[in-house]
Amino acid sequence: MLPLTLFFLLFAAVALFGAVMVLVSRNPVHSVLFMLLTFANVAGMFLLLNAEFIAAVQLLVYSGAILVLFLFVVMLLQRGERPLPALTQPLQAPVAIFVGLALLSELALVVLTSNVGGGTRGADTPEAIARAGGNIQALGSQLYTTWLLPFEIASVLLLVAAVGAIYLAKEDI
Amino acid sequence: MSNYWPIALFFVIVIGFALTSLGLSRLLAPNRPNRVKNETYESGIAPVGEAQQRFDIRYYTIAMLFVLFDIEAVFLYPWAVVYDVIGIYGFVEMLLFIVLLLAAYAYAWRKGALDLG
Repeated sequence: MLPLTLFFLLFAAVALFGAVMVLVSRNPVHSVLFMLLTFANVAGMFLLLNAEFIAAVQLLVYSGAILVLFLFVVMLLQRGERPLPALTQPLQAPVAIFVGLALLSELALVVLTSNVGGGTRGADTPEAIARAGGNIQALGSQLYTTWLLPFEIASVLLLVAAVGAIYLAKEDI
Repeated sequence: MSNYWPIALFFVIVIGFALTSLGLSRLLAPNRPNRVKNETYESGIAPVGEAQQRFDIRYYTIAMLFVLFDIEAVFLYPWAVVYDVIGIYGFVEMLLFIVLLLAAYAYAWRKGALDLG
């Protein structure tokens, strides 16, 4: 058990380091690459929590596709070697500190007062998932039978998103 | 969980190989730079302008479509794992899913979103 806890702490520490570096890097491209580090380590944390499917999605979609999108957006906006603009609005720093502290206290309130793990358990216990043959088998056997309609609607949603993305980016439709 | 140890070993070997290669090259290789060697493309066309410049908006469409089809691939993964359980029923529903996304692909192709020329 101990080495797994050590690995979890390692992943968490590197993820936090990457998150801080996203904020303090002066070059936006470096920020995006540190974000990749954070996403990859979060995937490792999911893997250690026995959420294999979420780990795979985290790697495929977030580290793969979303990061590429971020990188392209940065490169679309970037214009040469220009330093990042400093805080431009006069009230920006105090407002940012206030909102950050509010969010932190909100999170702390939820973690401290909520009854984590104390509710009634559903049918999908770790034992039931293990009997189904693992996370991905359990998810697949539900998604493609009981939740067939939402699954097919997801493809319509993706189709609409593709049409929207092309419509927005092309000037001559 | 113990079946992830090969992956951990894989990462150790990857990092070790990279460090050994770079370190040995640093130790053994002679370092005699000159003007020709330091050109970006030796015997090639000299680069014009900055490397960091604004990219064309068309790359954004490519990245956006990549996100969408990547999500399609994510749905294929659990489907492939449980395929032997759900059988022909699962085959038909995935066919419908892919045909709907093929419409998105056809639209992107027709509108020239995949052309970079």
